[in-house]
Amino acid sequence: MNIIKFLDEFTSESLTQKVSSRRDVFGTFGSLGKKAALAAVPFGLATGSSKAFAQNGTKAHEDPLNLALTLEYLEAEFYIRALDSGVLPAGRPENVYNQISKHESAHVEFLKTALGDVAVAKPTFDFTVGGMFDPFNENGIGQETAYAQLLALAQAFEDTGVRAYKGQAGNLMGTPFLKPALQIHSVEARHASEIRRLRASVLGETLNDNALGWITLNQRGPGMPAATQAVYDGEENVTQGGVNLVTATGFDATSVSQSFDEPITGDQAVAIASLFIVS
Amino acid sequence: MFGYNLENLIMKKPVIKVETSVEAHPKQSNSRRQFLKMGGLAVAGSSLFLYGCNNDDDNMEPTEPGMVFDLGSGDLGILNYAYALEQLEAAFYTQAIAGSYYAGASAEEKLILKDIYDHEVIHREFFKAAITGAVSGDTSKVLPELEFDFSGVNFGNRDSVLGTAMVLEDTGVGAYNGAGPLLETAAYLTLAGKIVSVEARHAAAIRSIFLPGDTEFAGDDVIDANGLDKSDLPPVVISAVVATGFVVTPFTANQLPTE
Repeated sequence: MNIIKFLDEFTSESLTQKVSSRRDVFGTFGSLGKKAALAAVPFGLATGSSKAFAQNGTKAHEDPLNLALTLEYLEAEFYIRALDSGVLPAGRPENVYNQISKHESAHVEFLKTALGDVAVAKPTFDFTVGGMFDPFNENGIGQETAYAQLLALAQAFEDTGVRAYKGQAGNLMGTPFLKPALQIHSVEARHASEIRRLRASVLGETLNDNALGWITLNQRGPGMPAATQAVYDGEENVTQGGVNLVTATGFDATSVSQSFDEPITGDQAVAIASLFIVS
Repeated sequence: MFGYNLENLIMKKPVIKVETSVEAHPKQSNSRRQFLKMGGLAVAGSSLFLYGCNNDDDNMEPTEPGMVFDLGSGDLGILNYAYALEQLEAAFYTQAIAGSYYAGASAEEKLILKDIYDHEVIHREFFKAAITGAVSGDTSKVLPELEFDFSGVNFGNRDSVLGTAMVLEDTGVGAYNGAGPLLETAAYLTLAGKIVSVEARHAAAIRSIFLPGDTEFAGDDVIDANGLDKSDLPPVVISAVVATGFVVTPFTANQLPTE
C-alpha cells in the first residue's frame, strides 16, 4: 500500500494544508484513532468477556501494525543515518545509538514479516523538516548543534513510539500480535530512558527533572524544539482508572505524572510522523 | 555477567521444599495445604508457602490461619498479580532509600532511586484503590498487604541494591508484557501499558548506572534478535519471585488465565 494513501486515511487534517477528503476513516480502518485514550473510563470489572474480535473479513492487526511499521521505518533510517553522519561522538553516544539502531532495524523486519503483503512501503523521509534542522550536519550547521538535534529528535521519536504503541494495544487485543507489540513497546521505553539521560548529560542537566529517563508532567525539556510539544501533551495526566492519584496517594503531580506514560491516538502519531515524511 | 534472571537472587539456602507427594510441610495443618496450579497444570507440592531465609527455618504463617488468599480469576486475578509485584517493588525501594548505600550514594543515583521509590509506591496505591473500587469494596477479593523479607539484600552495598533493583525491574517488564495479552478488558490493558513503559524506563536507568558497558540499558541479555523484550507468563514470574524468598505472606494463583 502506498504510504501517503495510508497516512491520508489516518489524518483528518493534513499538516501540509492539503484538503483531504472527509471520508469516515474510522469506518474504513476501524476505530484506530478513537480507541487509544481510555484514561477516563470508570474502573469496573467486566461481567463478561469484552475481548476485541476482528470483524469478518478484516484483520484487526493490519492498521495498528502498519502504523507501528511506519514509525519503525522512521526510527531505523534515522539511526542508520545518524551513525553514518560522523556527528556522534565515539564511545557512549555512538554505542547507545548503535544498540538502538540494531533494535529498530530488527523491528522493521519483524513487522514486515508479520504484515506480509499488506506491509506499507518505506516512506521517503526528510529529517531536516524542510531545512528546519540539520541533524546529520549535511548543510554545515556544525557538529555540536547537529549532535544536539540528533539527541532531541531521538528523544522525540522514542517517546512518540512508546505512546503510539500504547495507543494501539487495545486494537490488537484478541490477535496474536498484541504480545510482540507489547514486547516492542517496552524496548522503545528503554531506548527513551537512555536517550533522555544521555541528552541530559550532554546538556549538563543531571540533577533535576530534566535528567530523568521518565517524563515529568507535559515537559518536553530544555533544548527540545517547540514542534515536539505534541509528543508530550497529555503526559501531565494524574487521573488513572478514574482515580485522582494526587488526592489518593498524597504524592505530587510531578511524581504521579512520571509514574504513568500516556497513549496517543493513531491520528496523533501520524501527525508527528508526517512532519518527517515527504512521500 | 548479570542476567535479568531472578535465579541470581536465590538465597544460598534452599527456600522452597518441592515435595513429590501431597504431604505438605509437617507444621502446616491440612486445611492450609495448597498447591500452586500453573494454569491448568497442577504442580503437586510446589507451594507458595515460603520458608524464611533464617536459620531456624520457621514456617511462615498465613495472615489468617487456614485462609490463604488466592489472586482470583480473569482480570481481577491479573490485577491482583500486578498489585503483588508492585507491593514487592515498593517494599524493596522503601528499604533501599532507608539504607546506608543510598545515604552515601551520588546525587544522581539518589535522584533515580528516590523517583523509582515514588513511582512504585504510587503504582501500588493505584492498584489498591482501583481493585478495591472494581470489587465494590469487597476486600476479601483484594490482595492483602503482603509481608516481605529482604534480609538477603545488603542495603549498605551498592551492588546488592542496584543488582536487586535491576532484576526486579526487568522482571516487572516481563511480567506486564506477559500478563497484558491475558486481560479481557481494554481499559485494563491500557492501564497496564501505562505502567510497563515506566518500569522499562526504570530498568534501563538502573542498568545504565549499574552495569558496565554502554548498551546494557537494553542489553542483549534481555532484548532478543527481533528486538523484543521479555514476556513471561504469571506462573514463570511467580515461581521466580517465590524462589527469592522475599515474599513472606503466602498467596496462591490457582485461577489465573493462561491464555
